[in-house]
Amino acid sequence: MIYQISHNIISSLGFSSEVNYRAVKQGLTNLKLQENIFGLPTPFVGAIIDEELLNEEFALINRNNFKYTKFEKASILSIYKALENTDILANSDDVQFVLSSTKGNVHLLDNLNGFDSDRIYLWKSAQLIANFFENKNTPIIISNACISGASAQITAKRLLDNNQCKNVIVIGADMLSKFIVSGFQSFKALSPELCKPYDKNRIGLNLGEAAATIIYGKTKESALPQNTIVLQNGSMANDANHISGPSRTGAGLFLAINKVLHETNPDEIAFINAHGTATAYNDDMESLAFTSANLQERPINSLKAYFGHTLGAAGVLESIISSLAIIDNTALKVNNLTERGTVAPINSLLENKTCTENKFLKVLSGFGGSNAALLFKKM
Amino acid sequence: MNLEITSYCRITNDKVIVNGKELQIPRSDSDSSWLTDIYHSQNISYPKFFKMDNLAKSGFLGSELTLQSIDFDKTTPKEDIAVVCCNRSSSLDDDSEYQKTIQDNNNYYPSPAVFVYTLANIVTGEISIRNKTMGESAFYIMEQFDAQNFYNFVCGAFQDETTNSCLCGWVEYYKNNCDVLFLFINRQNKQTKEIFSIENIHKLYK
Repeated sequence: MIYQISHNIISSLGFSSEVNYRAVKQGLTNLKLQENIFGLPTPFVGAIIDEELLNEEFALINRNNFKYTKFEKASILSIYKALENTDILANSDDVQFVLSSTKGNVHLLDNLNGFDSDRIYLWKSAQLIANFFENKNTPIIISNACISGASAQITAKRLLDNNQCKNVIVIGADMLSKFIVSGFQSFKALSPELCKPYDKNRIGLNLGEAAATIIYGKTKESALPQNTIVLQNGSMANDANHISGPSRTGAGLFLAINKVLHETNPDEIAFINAHGTATAYNDDMESLAFTSANLQERPINSLKAYFGHTLGAAGVLESIISSLAIIDNTALKVNNLTERGTVAPINSLLENKTCTENKFLKVLSGFGGSNAALLFKKM
Repeated sequence: MNLEITSYCRITNDKVIVNGKELQIPRSDSDSSWLTDIYHSQNISYPKFFKMDNLAKSGFLGSELTLQSIDFDKTTPKEDIAVVCCNRSSSLDDDSEYQKTIQDNNNYYPSPAVFVYTLANIVTGEISIRNKTMGESAFYIMEQFDAQNFYNFVCGAFQDETTNSCLCGWVEYYKNNCDVLFLFINRQNKQTKEIFSIENIHKLYK
């Protein structure tokens, strides 16, 4: 079985998985109006990792005085913290790094700030991150829009299923910049207030920064202690419909869900941690896919009103928070949801709820028509 | 895993090769680009092509030319065909175009039509839409073309048991430099085609 050995989240809410989970359980968020930032002419609501705090913590682990970008620092710190309290040697030949990011150091296109021009390449950042841990294997890099973090975990599972390595370190990270925020503003996709996933009055998404790490390993089921989280299944499917708009029917997401649930009944699912970006189209599309899959009565949440949409980090970060939630027998509420309002009615959660089932489903959808579903099980 | 190369296409800055044969591409006199010349030379009718960025155009042409030589149904939705692409420069070609629109706040005109192509995997989306493929789609990045990694990524798509075929390619376009190897891979049945192997990928790329 492919299982989580350790994980970490670096976000605006804190620098460990547990701190982040406790904040979410209390309904906290650091999404707020960001003015006069990145040289943007118009403000936006987003969640930013405090760079001073990040630098302070990073200085404690940076042995070589090499200059890293915020994206690289957050990624390295997250991996470092995930490795603490494990006996994994990150420099071993049996350890493979898998990086998920949509835009990496794209902000350097504006101003290189003393960095070499090759730092805008994702493979360069990935090499530097792996080099920090003296890992010699070429890192695998996935850039699959908003589902990247799920694609990376599917890749990890395949590598371990094939015995191509012993451990996979999956890291999802994206930082905000004028480039990314202005683009989403040009799409008119951003909410001027805290976003409202699955709400009747939702008007758009918020963006957030994060780096999140899950370390996966493989062992026999009998060797797994209670409360270990297993990645049972992962699948992707494409809408073949539109490059930026969500499918109107949810066909691709339904296909991805169907592939992972083929041996699982809906009533075995404690909750679905969905994409829930709080755009009108995404949330409606998801409601249709969940209904097609007969999941409309299962508890459904989105974490976007806690962290914002963290792009390439979202699949990793949200899988971690949901893993801690199921260990805590809790289905987390959708923050800032007051009046349900999707085209097909779904059981989006207005309050945190106790749950007893031991499986959860994580889904993501994104530009390029991509959809992903992951099925996790608590031992 | 027994996989075969059903057909393939290679596009560089001055050559187009389909299943081993070089195509003659008439160069137009105007400012028309190499990719547009390839498009016009092949009687393709797909107006969306002209909205695409260079990376998406490169991948689109790679897939069109690869599928042209075989009887491929583009109209029926197909859940068993995956699309897997990879390259070196992600979407940096379009990223640089988009950056120009936001560089100067006194001349600030961010365009959604340019921004949408600043994701590498849009090319996999374009290919999926054109060919109605609803299997998995994924985009990977690596420093250089690497047949071993390419092979691994494609085999990964076949680890999904519902995948029977894969449209896959190295699709690189940055700063007027086009480098494409596109393949249509199927689970082996006839044993008359070349097998999908690291060695054969090397041979077709070089």
